[in-house]
Amino acid sequence: MREIDVGEIGDAVARLAGEVAYRLGDAEKTALEGARGREESEPGRVALEEITENAVCAAKGVRPICQDTGLGVVFMDIGQDVHLTGGSLEDAVSDGLRRAVKESFLRASVCDSFTRANTGDGVPAILHTRIVTGDKIKVIFDAKGGGSENCSRLSMLTPADGREGVKAFAVETVEKAGAKSCPPLVVGIGVGGNFETCALLAKRALVRDLGEPNSDQGLASLEKEILEAANATGVGPSGLGGRVTVLAVHVEAAPCHIASLPVAVNLDCHAHRHGEVVL
Amino acid sequence: MNGEVVHVETPFTEDVAGAFMIGERVLVSGTLWVARDAAHMRMIETLERGKDLPFPSVGAVMFYMGPSPARPGEAIGAAGPTTAARMDRFVRPLLECGVRGMIGKGERSDEVRKLCADFCAVYLAATGGAGALYGERIKAAEVVAYEDLGPEALRKIEVEDFPAVVAIDASGRDLYGKSREKWGPSR
Repeated sequence: MREIDVGEIGDAVARLAGEVAYRLGDAEKTALEGARGREESEPGRVALEEITENAVCAAKGVRPICQDTGLGVVFMDIGQDVHLTGGSLEDAVSDGLRRAVKESFLRASVCDSFTRANTGDGVPAILHTRIVTGDKIKVIFDAKGGGSENCSRLSMLTPADGREGVKAFAVETVEKAGAKSCPPLVVGIGVGGNFETCALLAKRALVRDLGEPNSDQGLASLEKEILEAANATGVGPSGLGGRVTVLAVHVEAAPCHIASLPVAVNLDCHAHRHGEVVL
Repeated sequence: MNGEVVHVETPFTEDVAGAFMIGERVLVSGTLWVARDAAHMRMIETLERGKDLPFPSVGAVMFYMGPSPARPGEAIGAAGPTTAARMDRFVRPLLECGVRGMIGKGERSDEVRKLCADFCAVYLAATGGAGALYGERIKAAEVVAYEDLGPEALRKIEVEDFPAVVAIDASGRDLYGKSREKWGPSR
C-alpha cells in the first residue's frame, strides 16, 4: 500500500491548470500549422494565422490563450493499491483549481445554474475518478470551453442506425455547430454504454493525444471517415468557409444494451487545452 | 473577400454602418461596450422598467465578451469574442436604443439579419479563441455597471486596430451563409 497525500494531487491540478491556459501543446501547434498549409480558403487561412499568432501572444505568459479558461474537468485513474491521506480528495482538487484561478489569472467561469451568480473562484471542478490496478495516480486536467461544449450533442440511436447513423450524427453535429464552436475542432465521440457512459467516453476521447488513432482498427477507420466527412462540410476555420473544419476525430466505444446505440459527440475548440501527470 | 483592410472608428454613424460590405476585413478603433449573457439580461430588465441603458447607446458598438482578469499593470486579460447567437434575443431592444454595431463570433438568426437591415446596423465577426491577441489591442478597460457579475459585468473598453470581418451588413447580407454555399458540398 502506497500513501499519497491529497495535497500532492491539488498541487498537480494547480500546475496543470496554470500551464494549459497559456501554452498550447506541441501536437496542437503542429496540427494548426498543418491546417494552415492545406487550407484553400483565404478567410480560412487568415483565421488560422490569427489563431497561430494568438498562441505566440499567450506564450508570453501575460494573457491566456482564450478568455474562456474553461470549466476545470479532472480525470483521475487511481491505483487500487494507493491509500489517500491528508483529507478530502474533492476538496484538494477544488483547492488546486481555486489556487490556479487566482495565481494564474484565469477567469472565474462557474455560476449557479438558476440565479447565474458567479461562484467567484472558478470552482467546483468536474471530477471523474476511476479505480485501476497498481499504486500510481494519473491526473488529467482538461480546460473545457463553454462555446464548443454548448454545441455538443447526445442521441440514443437505434441498433439499425448502426455505424452510418453514428457517422451521420457526428457530422451533423459539426455542421450545426458552425462558427459557434470555434473550428477547427477536435471531436470526441463516445459510442455505446448507456446514456451517461457515452457522454463520459466522448469527453475521455477528447483528452487522448491529439490525432492518435484508436488502437482498434475498425474504430480508427471510423475516425478517419468522420474526419473526411466533417471536413467536406465547408464550415472551415472560424466558420468562414474552407477545407479544415476538424483537426482530429477520436472515437471511444463500449458494449451497450441490445435495444440501444447511444452516441455522444463532444466538441472542443482549436484551443484544445489539456495536460496530465502521473504521481 | 478582398485583401484590403478598412480602418473604422466608433461610434458608428448611419453612413459608416451603411458602408460596410460582408467579407470586408476591418480594424476597429475607439470605444466598445462589453456585455454578454448576464449583463444583457440586466439591461433588458432596466429597459422593461422604463429606465435608460447605463451607457450612451446612440451609435454604440457592443462587444460580446467576458475577459479573464488583468495582471497588474495590464488593462485587461484575454478578451476574445463569445458566441453572438446567445444574444440574438436581446438585439431588437438595443437597436431600438440606437446601438449600431455588434462584435462577436458565429452565426446569427435570420431575425438579426432583418434587424440589421431595418436599423442600418452591422455585425462584425472576430476570431473565436484568439483572446490573447485581442487583449493586446485593448488600451483601457473599466467596469461601468453590474460589478457583481464579475467577468460578466458591463465594461467600457478602448480598442486600437481590433481585427474583425463584416459578417452581416446593413443590407442584411450574411457572410456565414455565403461561405457555406461556396465551400460546402454541392447539393
